[in-house]
Amino acid sequence: MKVNANQGVEVKSNLVTGSDLLVQALEKAGVEVVFGYPGGAVLPIYDALHRNDTTFKHVLSRHEQGSIHAAEGYARVSGKPGVVIATSGPGATNLITGITDAMMDSIPLVVFTGQVAKQVIGTDAFQEADVMGITTPVTKYNYQVNDIADLPRIVNEAFHVATTGRPGPVVIDIPKSISETVTINDYEDDFYLPGYQPTVYPNPMQISKVTDELSKAEKPVILAGAGILIAGATEELKQFVNNWEIPVVTTLLGLGSYPGGDNLSLGMGGMHGTYAANRAIYESDLLINIGARFDDRLTGNLQHFAPNAKVAHIDIDPAEIGKNVETAIPIVADAKQALNVLLLQEVNRGDYTAWLDKIKKNQKEYPLWYNREDNPISPQWLIEQVYEKSNGEAVVTTDVGQHQMWAAQFYTFKNPDNWVTSGGLGTMGFGFPAAIGAQIAKPDKMVISIVGDGGFQMTLQELSILKTQNLPVKVVILNNEALGMVRQWQETFYEERYSHSLFSENPDFVKLAESYGIKGMRVEDEKNVPDALEEAFSHDGPVVIDCRIERQTCVYPMIAPGKGMHEMIGVTK
Amino acid sequence: MKRIIIATVQDRGGVLNRITGMLHRRQFNIESISVGASDVKGISKMTFVVEISDKQKLEQLTKQLNKQIDVIKVLDVTDKAIVTRELALVKVVANNQTRPEIMTLITAFRADVIDISKDSLMIQVTGKPEKVDALIGLLRPYGIKDLTKTGLTAFPRGYQPEQGFSELNNMSAHG
Repeated sequence: MKVNANQGVEVKSNLVTGSDLLVQALEKAGVEVVFGYPGGAVLPIYDALHRNDTTFKHVLSRHEQGSIHAAEGYARVSGKPGVVIATSGPGATNLITGITDAMMDSIPLVVFTGQVAKQVIGTDAFQEADVMGITTPVTKYNYQVNDIADLPRIVNEAFHVATTGRPGPVVIDIPKSISETVTINDYEDDFYLPGYQPTVYPNPMQISKVTDELSKAEKPVILAGAGILIAGATEELKQFVNNWEIPVVTTLLGLGSYPGGDNLSLGMGGMHGTYAANRAIYESDLLINIGARFDDRLTGNLQHFAPNAKVAHIDIDPAEIGKNVETAIPIVADAKQALNVLLLQEVNRGDYTAWLDKIKKNQKEYPLWYNREDNPISPQWLIEQVYEKSNGEAVVTTDVGQHQMWAAQFYTFKNPDNWVTSGGLGTMGFGFPAAIGAQIAKPDKMVISIVGDGGFQMTLQELSILKTQNLPVKVVILNNEALGMVRQWQETFYEERYSHSLFSENPDFVKLAESYGIKGMRVEDEKNVPDALEEAFSHDGPVVIDCRIERQTCVYPMIAPGKGMHEMIGVTK
Repeated sequence: MKRIIIATVQDRGGVLNRITGMLHRRQFNIESISVGASDVKGISKMTFVVEISDKQKLEQLTKQLNKQIDVIKVLDVTDKAIVTRELALVKVVANNQTRPEIMTLITAFRADVIDISKDSLMIQVTGKPEKVDALIGLLRPYGIKDLTKTGLTAFPRGYQPEQGFSELNNMSAHG
């Protein structure tokens, strides 16, 4: 039976629905793409998408989690906010992992959730969930639209909040009764946020304290975080590092903020960071943190973190300064602005010669290492091959776990914004949908999703998007038929009791890909890897490559939980 | 250490939930919160009493409060010359023998009897927490049937001496 949803409603030309106002507001915000999934409470919004000739496109996922991770990947690579639409109740709750992930990793998102009609909110109506209550702790801010007159203002304000200061996710909960209301089309969207005025420009006095210390220091080191990437400050950092000749350690999320492989780049620090990086932090007398938040996976035991260093911390979020590590020189600022003022200071270096020699020696004597296998494939070598065959130029996305650490260690990130990974929340199932968003943001770049067989199975339904949107994402599965990192910790800390970490039944990933109409490949032997990667990377379309890797391989070196930076294990073979 | 913190906030939906949720999530121990309107429409004031272990935690607390989009200003008034007040309603057991005794006793605290029934009295007391607690302590032997407190609200005094805030504060706490 066909029922006209607008029966009896005479839509005059100057009248629009709440959903039309939403579409207009999205267009005004310059949105290029919306990731979403329809449902009951967003039917009016989806109808507006259908009726209007929108300037943005809509990408339909197969699960709301796929939508939101795609939006995160899009945002991380493009620097623009990711936009998501989901329905009320389960649609909204399916987004929670992605919203939390974006909150932890400072990714700008504007998320629209449908809500039941205003008249029935609070009555446990069909597909009702307390989205405001659920998302308050995991968003930068959230709104429920209670009056249609507020809608344009709220959308405008949400984009401002999501993208300025320390970026983050903002949720707008829209009751169906608002989105289907017919209304006039002349509401203002000006907003006033007296409590939200992020400090962007640094206090120059504080900046000169950093250069004063640099002229006295003997063992300075820079910790470069994702704040540099978000601020677009990689060139400024490069210049600052070159002027002063200070070695740079990057965080996991900060990979690419300083060119990997450069003389002064020590690679990643932290739990699975390089010996040279961790040792530099441990021994330094001046640690300059730019845009990192001293996460526990970086610092290890705080008692042994940079014990002799004076700490300078540049962060746009004042609450991060002094939260974990006592800070002598706090600087609240955008990384780019802070570096610009740092570059204005006279360069008056201390004597770092012995320090740089020592660091070079550490780099040379204790490089990252691995054992070569023939069959199955050694995962670290595989990542090096992926690097080589993609000329080190691809955008790489990952989940969390062993494959993530190997990608971080062995895909040397020379360029900014080529690395999309779930850092803070450590979300399995993130990497593959994030690659979809990254490919949409950068249609001309090669996007490689390096995933494990565990994580891939959490969101692989999004293979449908690769097909429907014709996105040439290359999915490289590091398949060890195990939850590798869980298995590694059980081996190391639980006397090899492999409780539920080994998969006995995996699907045939080649057939699986083919069933979605996507090219599937399998490599089991090292000697076939180079050809297989070449074939996959030159294929004009998406590919899923099932790479059978050694199950027993562990990620090294490592700082065991509770240990300090000077207590690394597995530094050498 | 006990700290008294006043936050000026934009009065938007869910603001109390946002702030108490954040404090709970970050494991701050709230002793009391009182919330009320300010003289400006759309702006509210919240007064928190929190038990804080060290200076670093205190700094985190004010920073996390400031980070909230709705929070306009955060003031730690503990070491300033301040006026603090709370209000308590106490329903205490009273019969013909004890009633006059209780009524005499509370006059020293400038408390009021606001309801009388056959077997109880309802007393309202306003003042600094120490004073309120002292009266409750005296009433307890008679049998307290019910008790409710508003939580602390505070204001910096109009005149702030240039030094010795905490000293003055200590003096007034004893005086």
